[in-house]
Amino acid sequence: MKSIPAIILLSSFLLLAIADSFATITKVNPGPNSIHNAIKAAKDGDTLLLLKGFYREHDIVIQKRLIILGSDFPVIDAESKYQAFIIMRDSVTLQGLQIQNIGKASITDMAGIRIVNATHVIIRNNRLINNTYGIYFQHAGQCDILNNTIHSNAKGEINGGNGIHAWKSDHLTIKGNSISGHRDGIYFEFVTDSRITGNISYSNARYGLHFMFSHNDTYTQNTFKDNGAGVAVMYSKGVIMHENEFLLNWGDASYGLLLKEITDSKIEHNRFIKNTIGIHMEGTTRVDVQHNLFQNNGWALRVQASCSGSNFLENNFTGNSFDVSTNGTMMLNTFNNNYWDKYDGYDLDKNNIGDVPYYPVSVYSVITEKIPSAMVLYHSFLTDIIDQVEKVMPTMIPDKLKDNYPLMKKLNL
Amino acid sequence: MKIIIKYVLLDLLRNKTILVYTFILAVLSVSLLSMDDNTSKGLLSLLNITLLFVPIISILFSTIYFFNSVEFIELLLAQPIRRKTMLLAEYAGIAFALSIAYLLGVGVPIFVMSYSTAAVTLIISGLFLTLIFTGLALLIFVLFKDKTKGIGAAIITSLFFAILFDGLLLSFIYSFSDYPIDKPLLGLISLNPIDLARILVLLQLDVAVMMGYSGALFKKFMGSATGSIYSVVCMLLWVAVPLMISMKVFKKKDL
Repeated sequence: MKSIPAIILLSSFLLLAIADSFATITKVNPGPNSIHNAIKAAKDGDTLLLLKGFYREHDIVIQKRLIILGSDFPVIDAESKYQAFIIMRDSVTLQGLQIQNIGKASITDMAGIRIVNATHVIIRNNRLINNTYGIYFQHAGQCDILNNTIHSNAKGEINGGNGIHAWKSDHLTIKGNSISGHRDGIYFEFVTDSRITGNISYSNARYGLHFMFSHNDTYTQNTFKDNGAGVAVMYSKGVIMHENEFLLNWGDASYGLLLKEITDSKIEHNRFIKNTIGIHMEGTTRVDVQHNLFQNNGWALRVQASCSGSNFLENNFTGNSFDVSTNGTMMLNTFNNNYWDKYDGYDLDKNNIGDVPYYPVSVYSVITEKIPSAMVLYHSFLTDIIDQVEKVMPTMIPDKLKDNYPLMKKLNL
Repeated sequence: MKIIIKYVLLDLLRNKTILVYTFILAVLSVSLLSMDDNTSKGLLSLLNITLLFVPIISILFSTIYFFNSVEFIELLLAQPIRRKTMLLAEYAGIAFALSIAYLLGVGVPIFVMSYSTAAVTLIISGLFLTLIFTGLALLIFVLFKDKTKGIGAAIITSLFFAILFDGLLLSFIYSFSDYPIDKPLLGLISLNPIDLARILVLLQLDVAVMMGYSGALFKKFMGSATGSIYSVVCMLLWVAVPLMISMKVFKKKDL
């Protein structure tokens, strides 16, 4: 019976602990400074439930471990002058809010939700409308951004901000968001080990997705559509791009995918449809381009002579005006087992592999690469003739750029 | 004049070539437009056909027709008719017939299957090309006395505008690529009705962005009111100048 006091002591401790962890749920009604006051009164682990209504509040700094839920999308309006939420503590959750009309300033990048030096933040099912920057990470880690709608109407590249902007962060998960009308849909700078999955980024003024110095990131099953300049991935290594769709990035200076100084990356099972340039590669090393579909693009691939060690394997090229263009005679990349709809060789042994190599660079594309103004002869009868002549007697096209095993039948991708 | 046009038209109807031409154009247009669900692509193929076939057929057929009706012309000129009226009537008859053939063969399928601004531009350019190359045929007819020489000249003329001119243009672009040649290019293009027609139609299609800087410059110019007037005036000049020269030559020609 000596242990009874010990048991009582222990259970009272436990009870205290449970009582402490019983976080309270506070309902917040619209009113002057109601969110500010609610946050001031709350403790770590509390939940604030914002009821439906219109909250004219701004610069809401969260330095406690809070869960902020919105019921029926309460509107937080920053009156086109200020920022809305600034999260500076770990494990904060924002869910079901509508955050709108963030201000514009030259000194600070004003954002709907700014996450500063925090980890494990979850931003889920919010609507961010008409903001300069939507969600802004700075020094964040292990955060999840799920199923948000981020829409703005940026006029031009200079004044607009980015939908999701991440700087010096790691292990972010960006999933199922819909982003439109910003400068860049998603912007990554010094962001590592992150996943971008199932987002749709469309009608942005500049890039649908913009990577700078961001290593070991994966993006899969995203759709990038109708953006001013497509998608740009620059100065990064270990980038994995899977099953994305690059559609309708059509314009004078648009790319489906622009790769610059990329090393050891994989581009697989993507679809490039109706872009001015499907993939533009510059200074890339060891990039595997496999099982992709290039359809109805102006140029399917533009591989500069500065690229090396890349493999183009088992892709489908159909209906492109130019399959491949390059700016030199040097070619340190390999093309094998692709299907080219312009291939007119034969297959005597019926093994589904053409018996003569295919040269995907047409002489007209060599000429226009050297002298862009020669493009005024596009679709003229002369260019067809010189292409045919060059096919019989190749003199100008880079003879090292060829597919030795062109497929006779389209691959099922 | 009306009576002569009527007889030329009747004669052309009896001659089955125009009917065959219409039929071939119609078959090509319908099959090209229905083959691809992408109408822009169908239009592009039709553009290629218009640019290649319309000039060659127009000029060759008209030249041969003019030379074949030399006796008819001489007979008419024995009547109290002015040479100018007679020649214009001959031209009007054949140009009208060929234009109707083009309208029926290409215009109707396009209007039914894929109507757009680009399509209208294509039809107008095709009609202009018909008028221009029939006019050039007339010029060839009055300049040459011998039928064989005339047909040779017609072939050379059509090949010149279809291929050779572009070759010269390409070598011009090559040799002056270090200079800002986009504006001179715009002027040079107007010297060839086929190129003019091609660029007018291409600018209406979405492939225009592939033409890069020069394309953007062209679009800016051709898209403006001045540009449209300029290109129409160029085309009209291409119709009028050969006609006027042939009239002048024919007036003094020793038949």
